[in-house]
Amino acid sequence: MKRDEPGLADPTSLLLSLQDAEVRFGDVRALTGVDLALRRGDRLALVGANGAGKTTLLRLLHGLVAGSGRTAHAVNGRPLVAAMLFQRPFLLHLSVRMNMLLALWLRHVPKPERAARCVRALERVGLGALAERPARTLSGGQQQRLALARAWALQPDILFLDEPTASLDPSARREVEGLIEQLAADGVTLVFSTHNLGQAKRLASRVAYLEAGRLLADLPCDLFFDTRQPPGAAAAFLKGELPWT
Amino acid sequence: MNTVTDSIGLALGLIASADTQLLAIVGLSLRVSVTACAIGALCGLALGAWLAVARFPGHGGAVWLLNTLLALPSVVVGLLVYLLLSRSGPLGSLGILFTPPAMVVAQSILVVPLIAALSRRLVLDGLAEGGDQLRSMGAGPFTSALLLLVHARLGVLTVLLTAFGRAVAEVGAVMIVGGNIDGVTRVMTTAIALETSKGDLPLALALGLLLLAVVGLINLLVTALQGSGGATSREALA
Repeated sequence: MKRDEPGLADPTSLLLSLQDAEVRFGDVRALTGVDLALRRGDRLALVGANGAGKTTLLRLLHGLVAGSGRTAHAVNGRPLVAAMLFQRPFLLHLSVRMNMLLALWLRHVPKPERAARCVRALERVGLGALAERPARTLSGGQQQRLALARAWALQPDILFLDEPTASLDPSARREVEGLIEQLAADGVTLVFSTHNLGQAKRLASRVAYLEAGRLLADLPCDLFFDTRQPPGAAAAFLKGELPWT
Repeated sequence: MNTVTDSIGLALGLIASADTQLLAIVGLSLRVSVTACAIGALCGLALGAWLAVARFPGHGGAVWLLNTLLALPSVVVGLLVYLLLSRSGPLGSLGILFTPPAMVVAQSILVVPLIAALSRRLVLDGLAEGGDQLRSMGAGPFTSALLLLVHARLGVLTVLLTAFGRAVAEVGAVMIVGGNIDGVTRVMTTAIALETSKGDLPLALALGLLLLAVVGLINLLVTALQGSGGATSREALA
């Protein structure tokens, strides 16, 4: 289910950009002066301490919070398609299949396509046999896989993931990471927040470090984790010496 | 104490003999209250969902008013509906005063604030849990609210049961707009009021016990429905 091939052929195609972006919650500046460009095929990991602004940045990128400086670019003449995966997926008290179909209905996917997309997405995440089960009775890992299927069925250009494996056991985490890698291999741009630096190393091509609502480093993964040249502000974080200690 | 035991015996006797007049009264009570709850559900659920997500100047005042209307006295509703439907009233031309439809109107007005206020709370709880995620999937505010009512349908069922309880047990409004006409607008509560005023306390109490039994039966039905929902979940987990 790859998206438009011409876009895949052009890895520099810009999908989303932030210029001097700012988000305020009342008097509190949750994000300030953030510059960021997301291109087709990017896999960006957001790291930083709790409260650094990772989730707010994801929400701004997805358009869930009001903020300045965000520009979504058209992809091959059509609007950008984005989806988001949360730490704890919200599933309605309906069957797995109905949760999938509702997500497709909400995004105005034509009715004749919905059933096929639903089946393909569920098969891909290994939930095909559980389509009629109440979604809320699935295990944590299965629920996150269902949320991934729900996002994948939308055929997004870009997928935001907010600590997608934080509440999962190691086995479920491996499964979900594997599926995320498959999505990335399909050409879906990934932006995910994580506290797991190993996960950032495994999944990301770029790593951005946030501190107190500012983006202090945005580097290719190998450079970010290069112990000989730690990116100034992130050096302490990488050593586990968090800013407040 | 004799009155109580007499009335229990009388109630059982009435049920056993399947008294046609009694059945007609029970049937009318149920028809009026179920119809009022259905109308109230349509209006109340939509109003509650909308108030949970809408933001407009005076929103706080509207919520305050809705919560205040939870204590709306049924006789006041009866009086207002009477004024509306009386010959000289704005809706007098409908000619439905002292008919079951007038009682439905009065009971609907009574239950709308209850359904709206409680369903608004259900939607707000749902939004706190998954509002962002529904929005990220492309749901608008009102669509999110309606989906959350589907999500919390067992809670909605309890809300509707509460509303039915209020409708079927009220006497003031149906007495004023129905007139307690024998065979036409006499329902259980107005029959109880009539028998009490006539001094036939055992019969009044027996009717009261029957009313309670009818509501209890409906309650059991809803509990069974909720239980079957839970059982389905448990089976799936096993």
